[in-house]
Amino acid sequence: MPTQEEVFEKVQATLVDALGVDEDDVTRDATLQGDLGAESIDFLDIVFRLERNFGIKIPRGELFPENLVSDPDMIHDGKLTAKGLDELKSRMPYADLSDFAANPEVEKIGDLYTVDMLVHYVQSKLSI
Amino acid sequence: MTGRADTASPSAAAVPAKVFPDPGLRPPTHEAGVNPMRWIWIDKFLEFRSGEFARAIKNLTLAEEHLHDHYPGYPVMPASLIIEGLAQTGGILVGEAGGFAEKVVLAKIPRAEFFGVACAGDQLIYEVTLTDLRSEGAVVAAKAFLDGELLAEVEIVFAHLDNSRANQIFGPKNFVFTQQLLGVLDLAKAQSRARESAASPVESNGQTEG
Repeated sequence: MPTQEEVFEKVQATLVDALGVDEDDVTRDATLQGDLGAESIDFLDIVFRLERNFGIKIPRGELFPENLVSDPDMIHDGKLTAKGLDELKSRMPYADLSDFAANPEVEKIGDLYTVDMLVHYVQSKLSI
Repeated sequence: MTGRADTASPSAAAVPAKVFPDPGLRPPTHEAGVNPMRWIWIDKFLEFRSGEFARAIKNLTLAEEHLHDHYPGYPVMPASLIIEGLAQTGGILVGEAGGFAEKVVLAKIPRAEFFGVACAGDQLIYEVTLTDLRSEGAVVAAKAFLDGELLAEVEIVFAHLDNSRANQIFGPKNFVFTQQLLGVLDLAKAQSRARESAASPVESNGQTEG
């Protein structure tokens, strides 16, 4: 079972290959879209590479959920409702929602996809 | 086109039998009476192992207009069109693996390296290996060879378009696998069938397994 640091280093290398970014830019708190410039198709590429590099299987929608908060009851005035927040927590258990929950703007959901989230996800898969 | 099947080249004669898929799996590709643009950057399949590997030929000739412009007096095959040929080889490999049920689009080229150039009169061999396949898309490792030497190495990511959304945007026709492009696979299948017939003229019933 690799240490968290070893997993991070491998995730870092994965993102360098997938996104063509510098290793130094891939910090633990970097967001995939905002900081590293990932686009939607890059998420598919990242999933393929993580599976290959770590020898894990990533079911569709488990790491990068699709159609998040599609229910109108989950959004009010551009922010997630309590129901929406609960849904998000259950769909993205590996993301750190502590800051987001204080001001849950829908537009900022993308910022929850961080390098750290990938590390936590991979660690959980490796521990099974 | 199939009339030349019995004059297949020596290299094509080495093609394993029964490796070409059944074209009956395909969906209708375009509306009757509409001629799609001829956008075919491979000439022939030499080998096609379903869900695994494909090898195709691309011959470069001065009959291709673009070689007169790229560049005048020095007809070099543009690297982008070599990638397109590799992507067409890989796209058919990916599409066939799913029975051509999905619309397959070139989504991303994470890496492309070229080690030389190919000119008019050259013959390129494209080899594509399917490395990953899942419901959302696929990845292939693609190589182009010139005279047995590695000319280019490319990684290509394909996405499966969500059918309901794709139909809203593009309509029901399958714009990826045009009949013209799939005709290349048909020719290979016909050649394979002809070789089998030639090899066992008495026993053959003219059928080739998909």
